Amino acid sequence: MTMNRIDQRFAALKTQSRRALIPYITAGDPAPQYTVGFMHACVEAGADVLELGVPFSDPMADGPVIQKACARALKHGTRLADVLDMVASFRETDQVTPVVLMGYLNPIERMGYEAFVQRAREVGVDGVLMVDMPPEEATAIAPLFTEHGLQSIFLLAPTTSSSRAATICAHGEGYLYYVSLKGVTGAASLDVEAVARQLAPLREMTDLPLCVGFGIRDGETAAAVGQVADGVIVGSALVSRIAENAERPEVIPAALKAVLGDMRDALDR
Amino acid sequence: MTKFSDLTRLPDAQGHFGPYGGRFVSETLSFALEELEKVYMSLRDDADFQADFDRDLAHYVGRPSPLYHAERWSEKLGGAQIWLKREDLNHTGAHKVNNTIGQALLAKKSGKPRVIAETGAGQHGVATATVAARLGLKCEIYMGAEDVERQKLNVYRMRLLGAEVHPVESGSRTLKDAMNEALRDWVTNVDDTFYIIGTVAGPHPYPAMVRDFTAVIGREARKQSLAQIGRLPDALVACVGGGSNAIGLFYPFLEDEEVAMVGVEAGGDGVETGRHAAPLTGNAPSGVLHGNRTYLMSDASGQVSETHSISAGLDYPGVGPEHALWKDVGRVSYVAANDDAVLEAFRELTCIEGIMPALESAHALAHAKVMAASMRPDQHIVVNLSGRGDKDIHTVAKLDGLEF
Repeated sequence: MTMNRIDQRFAALKTQSRRALIPYITAGDPAPQYTVGFMHACVEAGADVLELGVPFSDPMADGPVIQKACARALKHGTRLADVLDMVASFRETDQVTPVVLMGYLNPIERMGYEAFVQRAREVGVDGVLMVDMPPEEATAIAPLFTEHGLQSIFLLAPTTSSSRAATICAHGEGYLYYVSLKGVTGAASLDVEAVARQLAPLREMTDLPLCVGFGIRDGETAAAVGQVADGVIVGSALVSRIAENAERPEVIPAALKAVLGDMRDALDR
Repeated sequence: MTKFSDLTRLPDAQGHFGPYGGRFVSETLSFALEELEKVYMSLRDDADFQADFDRDLAHYVGRPSPLYHAERWSEKLGGAQIWLKREDLNHTGAHKVNNTIGQALLAKKSGKPRVIAETGAGQHGVATATVAARLGLKCEIYMGAEDVERQKLNVYRMRLLGAEVHPVESGSRTLKDAMNEALRDWVTNVDDTFYIIGTVAGPHPYPAMVRDFTAVIGREARKQSLAQIGRLPDALVACVGGGSNAIGLFYPFLEDEEVAMVGVEAGGDGVETGRHAAPLTGNAPSGVLHGNRTYLMSDASGQVSETHSISAGLDYPGVGPEHALWKDVGRVSYVAANDDAVLEAFRELTCIEGIMPALESAHALAHAKVMAASMRPDQHIVVNLSGRGDKDIHTVAKLDGLEF
């Protein structure tokens, strides 16, 4: 079997001693016809992996910015099946950039695990991160992911005990998403020293890339976190640009590129 | 050993009730839930903790609550004898306080100075604010903005008790959205905050823990039935939103196979109309929300449905995972009562017995009426009168064209 796109990308970054830049956008926000264009814009601005949010009616782990993005997307009827179609469309012109679906479990439960993994593989999804599916609850779906070449991305948090961290590292694939602070997405700024302290013991447990999300707002925070992590994940900072320009979506690609471009430069400096 | 004896041994170590339950939460909360499980498991069989809990139930809540024979109503219905388990007579006016007393004691033992809760009708919010006041804990309550509007009295009660009430404007602005917001608060303030969940839902260990605190209802009712009826009742009836009062009544009778059990969901305008809050009766697909897998009302793409009920306390798209299993194994049957029938039962009990039930509890009464009529006068039904109706006077008056 060929190497998963996520592993390929991190392997390449490692040889270049570069950090991964991982943008998150909510699919279908502000309307479904723009999403694929936004994905390409992110790649043009230097994104290494794309996290594509699957809109959900009850985004419990998200702050107001992403809650509203979900609401905008759902208003236009963007469902999991549509999100998968968007990935298919993105893959028509980009076969190399890894795509991770991020969201909540219920839409997948409803579609059915088998149907989901088959379609996800078919359209070219590389990884899946369900916020409310810790490894303990992934035992039924994990073998299907493996069988279809999808990687399970898991979260680690400042509150994760070392025994849990060991379990998560053992089950995780692709990269580990370290949640930099206690809170919801879009929360206050993170403490880089604290993140550095918490990542250190994880390095002993795993060779997986450690990427940090929550609280990455600009080039400066990205660069600071890039000193201690293998990648940075930026969500609310991008989604708020989309929100600000929801009425004139034609300017959004440039707005996304501006934010990501700064981060890319800062990370590569 | 009875056919259902293994049901009392659930959940398993991972918090699963068969295919339901579990701990579907974001990683930040996993540690807090593991800690809570540890604390709860160590205190569950701790004699001192149980003694504290029992003392509070006796002297603060006023337990045991009576089992009252609604003779006049039974006679009028011309069938089985109806007995009311009077949870409405508890301090704060509903069964919710049994659970909040237990969880607040845990909060205190865990050294958490702040408690939060979600509430629908406001009964759980009031019960939480009450115990928080008594124990000197800071208290914040999340309540859907629509519910804040329809339950103004309880909102003011909570504020008088010193709690901060946050109206939740997101989503459908009801109970499920209040729970989303409470979870967001908890994930942010997990170090100093204890989340007092008000029903037998949420991530493990909440469904089991809330059940255990609430099961005092059924333990008393079982004893009282033997003493007052001279035998176990033929049937138990309770309303089911999340399902805490029903589990509280049913659980101690699980192995008494001769006792039929009926959970009554909110039928709203009628299950066939789609405007209801009856995931079990409506055979909703299995889904994951608020930390557990259960019957969950959602559309074909997995978006959680908006629900409808005249009672804010039952207006929830999911149901406790243990109920989901009890439905599947056939131990409990689940039915729905529509808003119209509920209002009729509300008025009947008020006029005939001088007891004004909460609209939630009136769902159980509405179905008990139907059951009683088809049973013999020497048969007995115990109905959980889970709360009193004062909070609903506004809602009922509005239907009568009155505004206060």
